[in-house]
Amino acid sequence: MMILGSGLLALIAVSAFVIVRTDDVTNQIIALSFYGLLFALMFFIFQAPDVALSQVTVGAIALPLMVMLAITRMKHREELNKRKQDKSR
Amino acid sequence: MLDHYPYYVAAWIFLCGLYGIVRSRHLVHTVISLAILQTSTYVLLLAIGFRKGGYAPIFADISPGVVTVDPVVQALMLTDVVVEVTVIALLLAMVVKAYEQGGTTSPNDLRYMRG
Amino acid sequence: MTPKIRLLVFLIGAIGLGAVYCAGARNMPAWAEYRGPYGDVIASLAVFERHATDTVNAITYDYRGFDTLGEEFILFSAVTGVMLLLRPEKGEQKKRNEENNQNPQSFQDAAALSETVQVFTTALFGFSVLFGVYIATHGQLTPGGGFQGGVIIAAAPMLLYIAENTDAFRRIVSHPIVEFFEGFGASLYALIGFIALVAGAPFLTNVLPLGQTGDVFSSGTIGLISTCVGVEVAAAFILVTYEYLREILSRERDQER
Repeated sequence: MMILGSGLLALIAVSAFVIVRTDDVTNQIIALSFYGLLFALMFFIFQAPDVALSQVTVGAIALPLMVMLAITRMKHREELNKRKQDKSR
Repeated sequence: MLDHYPYYVAAWIFLCGLYGIVRSRHLVHTVISLAILQTSTYVLLLAIGFRKGGYAPIFADISPGVVTVDPVVQALMLTDVVVEVTVIALLLAMVVKAYEQGGTTSPNDLRYMRG
Repeated sequence: MTPKIRLLVFLIGAIGLGAVYCAGARNMPAWAEYRGPYGDVIASLAVFERHATDTVNAITYDYRGFDTLGEEFILFSAVTGVMLLLRPEKGEQKKRNEENNQNPQSFQDAAALSETVQVFTTALFGFSVLFGVYIATHGQLTPGGGFQGGVIIAAAPMLLYIAENTDAFRRIVSHPIVEFFEGFGASLYALIGFIALVAGAPFLTNVLPLGQTGDVFSSGTIGLISTCVGVEVAAAFILVTYEYLREILSRERDQER
């Protein structure tokens, strides 16, 4: 159990570094979802089922959803501005 | 060194989050690095409460008196995980508003507010 | 300050912080050798004192219930902040109507979702809501509780949006009763604390009858608080989703007309 936990902690450390080095924001969302799932697995292995349930629903679903909604809204606004510019030209 | 292995991992994740905040070129990237910084505290709390051979502190199918891991730190982490997402939603709303007023998502190009 | 100098200053600070932290972490007790007294004391007493089999939720909603009240109000204020920031500005509705009338263009993809996927995804909506309600109301017995159940219930309408049933999604998510439930859940938690004051005990004490261990209606106020928190968290997440998608949803509704 402790060997599995130690291996998972090393994978989490590598994932954290990969996420901050990813440049495109849309790619970061998928990496964030994977990171949240790794955390849920770690909570389960370290005998914390309540927190694992929280982390699965929040860290793998709700957090990437919020980021995606923000990016969608910004792209929508950008498209509206571009069409307004094309029309006024 | 292997005795304190999760504490070092928690420090590494914290420094990764800080590195992302310092070096980011997009405001949404900054907010995501802040989320990673918050997860380093979960690793630290989990490592403090873990006990070798301990069971989960749910007594629905094991009898009370069995050796379990620490439930107090789990209670601290439980509410934190859900509240973190709402605070990140608030920060993202600020980013969306800054983009709509300023027209840019780069932290270096944000100008002073108008009006 | 150029980016390279900023990175250099950060690296010097990070190495210093890391060195001091690691020097301090070496004095802590070794990993997986838990020594502290509080965890063992609560784990051995919680089942007998509160008749709740889930110790973590007994701590969250009873022994440390005041902290959870504070965290729930953090959630409440954050959602209020999101609604204030993303509300439509004055005159924006009129501008958007003019734009919609002048360039009718559809945002939907050319390839629609297959009907099998639509039917199955819509059927899963009922199961998701039922599962979320089960987890939120059985907080004192099994892993779960209000926070987890609320998020599961709030993620269910997204299934409708994925199945391209945008009309039903918009009607669920923009209903004014969602705001009412958010305030209702938060204030009911505080009112349960006042019941204890009326009964002569300190705020948020567990004064309701404790029942039998393993029953659904057991452990006094823990199950009640768990349900209130579930209602509030579900309403909060649905409100945040609606605020972000408000522009896109109203544009799709105007195009359907």
